[in-house]
Amino acid sequence: MSGNMNLTLKVWRQKDAKSTGKMVTYKAENISPDMSFLEMLDVVNESLILKNDEPIHFDHDCREGICGMCSLYINGRPHGPKRAITTCQLHMRSFHDGETITIEPWRAAAFPVIKDLAVDRSAFDRIQQAGGYVSVNTGGVPDANELLIPKVIADEAFNSATCIGCGACVAACKNASAMLFVSAKVSQMALLPQGQPERWSRVQSMVAQMDEEGFGSCTNTGACEAECPKEITLTNISRMNNDYFSAKLFREEKVHDHSGGGE
Amino acid sequence: MSLEAKIPPGPLAEKWSKHKFNLKLVNPANKRKYDVIVVGTGLAGASAAASLAELGYNVKAFCFQDSPRRAHSIAAQGGINAAKNYQNDGDSVYRLFYDTIKGGDYRAREGNVYRLAEVSVNIIDQCVAQGVPFAREYGGLLDNRSFGGSQVSRTFYARGQTGQQLLLGAYSALNRQIHKGKVKMYTRTEMLDVVTVDGHAKGIITRNLTNGQIDTHTGHAVLLCTGGYGNVFYLSTNAIGSNVTAAWRAHKRGAFFANPCYTQIHPTCIPVTGDHQSKLTLMSESLRNDGRVWAPKTVEVAEKLRKKEITAAQVKEDDRDYFLERKYPSFGNLVPRDVASRNAKEMVDDGRGVGGSGFAVFLDFADAINRLGQEAVAAKYGNLFDMYYQITDEDPYKQPMRIYPAVHYTMGGLWVDYNLSTNVPGLYALGECNFSDHGANRLGASALMQGLADGYFVIPYTLGDYLATIGPKPVDAGHPAFAKTKQDVVDRINSLLALNGTKTVNEYHRDLGHIMWEYCGMARTEEGLTKAKGLIQALRADFWKNAKVVGANDEVNAALEKAGRVADFLELGELMVDDAQMRKESCGGHFRLESQTEEGEALRDDDNFAFVGAWEYKGDNQPEVLNKETLDFEFVHLTQRSYK
Amino acid sequence: MSEIKQTFNSSLGKKLIMALTGLFLCTFIIVHLGGNLFLFKNDQGYGFNVYANFLTHFPPIEVVAYLLYLAILVHALYALILTINNRKSRPVAYAAQTKSPASWSSKNMGLLGSILFLFLVIHMGDFWYKYKFTDTVGFKEYRTNVLTNERIVNDFKPADPTFEHSSTTENDVEIVRVKDLHTKVASSFSQLWYVIVYVIAMGALSFHLLHGFQSAFQTLGWTHRKYTPIVKFIGKWFFAIIIPLGFALMPIVYYFFK
Repeated sequence: MSGNMNLTLKVWRQKDAKSTGKMVTYKAENISPDMSFLEMLDVVNESLILKNDEPIHFDHDCREGICGMCSLYINGRPHGPKRAITTCQLHMRSFHDGETITIEPWRAAAFPVIKDLAVDRSAFDRIQQAGGYVSVNTGGVPDANELLIPKVIADEAFNSATCIGCGACVAACKNASAMLFVSAKVSQMALLPQGQPERWSRVQSMVAQMDEEGFGSCTNTGACEAECPKEITLTNISRMNNDYFSAKLFREEKVHDHSGGGE
Repeated sequence: MSLEAKIPPGPLAEKWSKHKFNLKLVNPANKRKYDVIVVGTGLAGASAAASLAELGYNVKAFCFQDSPRRAHSIAAQGGINAAKNYQNDGDSVYRLFYDTIKGGDYRAREGNVYRLAEVSVNIIDQCVAQGVPFAREYGGLLDNRSFGGSQVSRTFYARGQTGQQLLLGAYSALNRQIHKGKVKMYTRTEMLDVVTVDGHAKGIITRNLTNGQIDTHTGHAVLLCTGGYGNVFYLSTNAIGSNVTAAWRAHKRGAFFANPCYTQIHPTCIPVTGDHQSKLTLMSESLRNDGRVWAPKTVEVAEKLRKKEITAAQVKEDDRDYFLERKYPSFGNLVPRDVASRNAKEMVDDGRGVGGSGFAVFLDFADAINRLGQEAVAAKYGNLFDMYYQITDEDPYKQPMRIYPAVHYTMGGLWVDYNLSTNVPGLYALGECNFSDHGANRLGASALMQGLADGYFVIPYTLGDYLATIGPKPVDAGHPAFAKTKQDVVDRINSLLALNGTKTVNEYHRDLGHIMWEYCGMARTEEGLTKAKGLIQALRADFWKNAKVVGANDEVNAALEKAGRVADFLELGELMVDDAQMRKESCGGHFRLESQTEEGEALRDDDNFAFVGAWEYKGDNQPEVLNKETLDFEFVHLTQRSYK
Repeated sequence: MSEIKQTFNSSLGKKLIMALTGLFLCTFIIVHLGGNLFLFKNDQGYGFNVYANFLTHFPPIEVVAYLLYLAILVHALYALILTINNRKSRPVAYAAQTKSPASWSSKNMGLLGSILFLFLVIHMGDFWYKYKFTDTVGFKEYRTNVLTNERIVNDFKPADPTFEHSSTTENDVEIVRVKDLHTKVASSFSQLWYVIVYVIAMGALSFHLLHGFQSAFQTLGWTHRKYTPIVKFIGKWFFAIIIPLGFALMPIVYYFFK
């Protein structure tokens, strides 16, 4: 087919968390510009399997930009060269024939490599387990329309809630800081009336867990915001900082255990 | 074997309340003595795991993804139905019930569907309490939009990512219980078999996807919330990892598989571009609120469009056929999915398809942009338009979208009774994994509703009844059934790893997909189905001879994972064909060319096929046995569905 | 651990310290620049020397000065701690790095800060230390006729080695005897290498404040749709341009015109 491309891939290969890895070069031939980036890797993997080589391992699932499972640091940028999309939404028409593409995993102490390009992002889960919720049980809640939420607040909370937890912010940050992710989660609840009862405690628990996971600190470079596939803004970080300092320095109540105690 | 659906007697509106009262309870102090296994963490799984843990049960939850938040419920775009009647437009629980029964082409249970409509209102309350940021009006009240198959606005939404927001709500509830220690979460772990002891489900066998370890987990009950099997078609809107393995393994351990041929083909997906394609992307049904579906009136104009001699905008109004509006004036573009899909296929078969391949029709927003302005359209559908642009490199603000139907949802699944229990005691199926509430066609925005209804508001009641019956005696992990089942799993993995042929697993999957789409897709015939059965059997035999699986078990091995899943699809595919062949009528998504009205609509045969077809596994290479659960309609009158 | 201590040990707490010390230093440089404008006054160093004397002998200012030195040290120390932690957060570096969308200054605060710290060592060693703790800085005597404003300047050699300054009035003539920092400044600024060091350091200050000033507000959580643009405007035009330019002009003017 005309217009198809031949590419050189430099890919990080690492057997497992304990092994050391290295960059390995592969050819990707006859690649259609209509393929997605992951479909290009599928094609390479098919040829590797037939050659009895181990296919390149990478995380992926929904392939429509919402599950947050795909990652890949492509040519020095998380999710590749285009703004506001994930790797699975990146299409090969963004590259040109003969190009060399470097593909690496997210790099962060808090995201250890599992294999090749896949990393362990369970730190994100643990941060949310520490307090990223409204403590309500199923049932016994008021009618949904009893709570009036101004559209601007609902929209703003939604903007924070669009975070897909992919970790591109950590990958992009020179300090491997998770502040954009954590602040998006904190912001959503801090903005909504439902989140108010636990607002001051939640932010402290989540930040404490974030620190424990070994992420770096925020130096306000804005690289995270620029690379976020869902365009989460730095305003979230500022909002979280404000809440955190208010909670730590001016609120008298103690942090409560967010699970709400025993059964 | 007779199938006891256990629908409670009495008036429709009182069935669920009475049933809840009649169910046995487990006293609060005893709940902590029970272990419950939940497989899958989508809307059904996460909501069930969280709700059961809140009640005090010890829950073990499993997902194959790296985080429970990534389950494919997350990808649902459009919305969730609820009979709140906030819009004062005549909605009610009964109307939602009626729309769903009718939308499902009268192949669902009245009792289940009514319950679903009843608890739909609680779901919205629950989600709002959790902090789900639903769309709101300026006054602060919740906003609604319309979806196909209904004439009221009852769909609640969060821009184009309702699924993600609802799942994050359920995930947050789950996180709270994980933090509390009531849920033990196993990520990157795939369930590979169910363990039954004396006919009761007592545990599962799993593979740790990071190091290959095969583990045994015991529980007083096992809940499968593992989604649908649309990936049997290779190309679908499902996630790449979505699979039938958990349900299929349960089926082979005795659970009946109901209505496997009921597949939903979603009308508005982005067309296929080539063989390399790994998945199809849905464009939300909500787009049909403002988008108008059309194809050229003549083959000549279509031909010019395909050759790119003219653009869609250059096609004169007179040369356009807004076929849904023309054929169904009262529902227009908002007919149910099966109807919209079939009509698009008709256009293409008629030679009036557009796009390079000819396998597409237009979804046009020019009128909406003129009427509301581009900004308003962007506010409603911006992210969907962006998504379309990313994939196709075409700007839908300037030219109409090209759309074509694609496999989206499977109404069939494990057979369950009113309590969501399969015919294997202690084994439950929730959400898309079961066959329950949608009949032969699911209405838009009802999948999220059903998943959450099952998890939040049904299983917490019905599971207790079973647990109270069996008592809190700990499950004996030393029972030989555990070791035996574990050995079966290990043997199967070894036989997969031993495959060292010449064809990749992915190629088999793609071949299977072609067969399924061609013969068991939007239109099915006796002849085609017979042919498909032979092709699948041959393909399966070839798979076990010539497939190639690389790597070892004790490492991350995506090729091995995929091989196991495809092997199961190769078995399921045949059962779907059998089911489609058995059902010699058309209903909803199941369209037999032999059975259509003069106008080309699905023609049911209520005298002979008003039943649920539940298939019973009888052993390798043995034909499966059909068990029928008769569908009794006490409250609605069966008619030919009409959306005219 | 007390809650307060815990607060300042958290990653956000450390950033709070950076922001607060940084903003404090920002207020200082305004004052410093204001005072140093005396250098542009053609009064044979009278205004500047009197101002320098005031700064070193007015007790409240002395207290503030020591707070200032502390702030500089804390700001640098915490920068170091944070940088070390941040490095640890990414043990394996990327092989490919494209031009990041983040601004250059924001990514190089450590480098810029290090330049500024080195500069402060030279700057304070040469002026502050010599002024306060050595006798390498001479004295001047300014005799000003308060009626005619005529001023006579002479070198002054105090008899008493502990002499610091005096101000008396005799027959309508005000006699002010102070340490002559002005001559010291003029002699330093007559050396080309010194001028270059100053100009480079002020360049570093410019970029450091370009990011630092608005960044402090972000860290404190003081962002607002309406006011943040104003903060950014001030950060850019006042702190990153006017102030460093003002400081840099001093050695340049002295080198070329005095």
